[in-house]
Amino acid sequence: MTALSPIVEFKSVSKRYGDGPTILDQIELTAQAGDFISLIGPSGCGKSTLLRLIAGLNPVTEGSITIAGRTPAQEAAELAFVFQEPTLLPWLTVARNVELPQTLRRTASAERAAVRDRALDLVKLGDRGGAYPRQLSGGQKMRVSIARALTLNPKILLLDEPFGALDEMTREHLNEELLAIREQQAWTAFFVTHSVAEAVFLSNRILVMSANPGRIAHEITVDLPSPRTSETRLSRPYQDLVAEVSRLLRSVESL
Amino acid sequence: MRRHALNILLPAATGALVIALWYAIRHGLSEDFKFLLPTPDEIIAALRDNSETLGRAIFNTTKGALLGFGLAIIGSGILALLMSLSSLVRVSLYPYLMILQMTPIIIFAPILILWVGPGLPSVVVITFLICFFPLVVNTTQGLISTDRNLVELFKMYRASRWQEIRLLRVPAALPYFFTGLRIAAVLAPIGALVGDYTAGSSAGNGGGLGFQAIIYSSQARYPALFATAAVTCVLGFVFVAGVLTVSWFALHKWHDSYQHNDH
Repeated sequence: MTALSPIVEFKSVSKRYGDGPTILDQIELTAQAGDFISLIGPSGCGKSTLLRLIAGLNPVTEGSITIAGRTPAQEAAELAFVFQEPTLLPWLTVARNVELPQTLRRTASAERAAVRDRALDLVKLGDRGGAYPRQLSGGQKMRVSIARALTLNPKILLLDEPFGALDEMTREHLNEELLAIREQQAWTAFFVTHSVAEAVFLSNRILVMSANPGRIAHEITVDLPSPRTSETRLSRPYQDLVAEVSRLLRSVESL
Repeated sequence: MRRHALNILLPAATGALVIALWYAIRHGLSEDFKFLLPTPDEIIAALRDNSETLGRAIFNTTKGALLGFGLAIIGSGILALLMSLSSLVRVSLYPYLMILQMTPIIIFAPILILWVGPGLPSVVVITFLICFFPLVVNTTQGLISTDRNLVELFKMYRASRWQEIRLLRVPAALPYFFTGLRIAAVLAPIGALVGDYTAGSSAGNGGGLGFQAIIYSSQARYPALFATAAVTCVLGFVFVAGVLTVSWFALHKWHDSYQHNDH
């Protein structure tokens, strides 16, 4: 796949649940392979719904979504979803949790173990495979959840506010780790967040959404150099972008 | 440390006080009524003198209790699974399960004898009926209370219905199941005793503790009657301890109810 082929395409996509209000209205969106797209906006702007549509967890009401030319339901194997909560099975060890997607696909145990170990190493939890989720901190649980998604070797990674419940330090640290992992596994990311700083740090594109109904109000291109590190946060271009996105976010929130 | 010592000393002191009171009351009774309250030493002596009869009765009651308990676990598990799969099944059956629970089983004991025969079959059926309700209600509740996020995760990974049941719903229901099991474990020996009391039979040495209680009572052998009660009490403790042990093995590594035992 070349760098400029669209991997996800929204054509006039609208979404309503039953007879309820329009959650997403006429969304047009094209993502190139390798994009890291953050979705930011007020509550009720439909950013989580947008992820669920890509994942095929809910059908679109109008319009169409194609993923590498196919429908979300056909393409589910290429997708991984990281939820807001770690959603680990408390009765399984960390290792078994990370293996779960492969277990459900009935992958042979040797391959399952290899994939699992690689993913645990990526999130730096290689030595915690035998622990149970309750023995881990919030940040560690989230890393297990990300490792589980990575075992699918996804083309597209959907992340729904994965670091929202974590403290600022842990969040910044995990942001850096996420980008480091991306150096080794090239996926296209859709990342829902409430944090402007996080969106600027991670993305190459930020979509600012407005609510009632949900629309894409602004798009900002982030052209900060990589690799991005904790130093990046001190740079002038980064801080200017944070200020600009914050301003745009305030403008849609006061609509 | 001090707290620990008190936890042992205080119940021991209470026990000693009760026994002292017991002897005092007995001492105060006039000679004609002393037989109504056997002393602990008389009860222990009766236990020794009737050890063979009581041993056989314990064996028979335990057999009935275990069979009824086991069948209730299997039956309630199957029914709970069916009820968790369909809210229609749940709605159709729930009122009748309630009615079954409210019906005093003991009223049916005499007719059960006619239906399934006296002795062990009746004991098993009564134990089964008494244990069934708490098990089926708790297990069903567990199977339908699975964390929505986890259900969504399985959906996202395209898990089959059977994988969702086996790998998600059943393990998630275990804490609920064990809550029901603890209640049922208390009820099982009582159920077997009641069954035996009303439908027991001495045929083929098949009488249990309930049957033995009737005999001792009718012969005014009160120390032996008290000994029978003590033995039943111990049987109840054994059942509950067994369930708590199994529950510990199944849950202690991951469930919050065992959090403090972790380190």
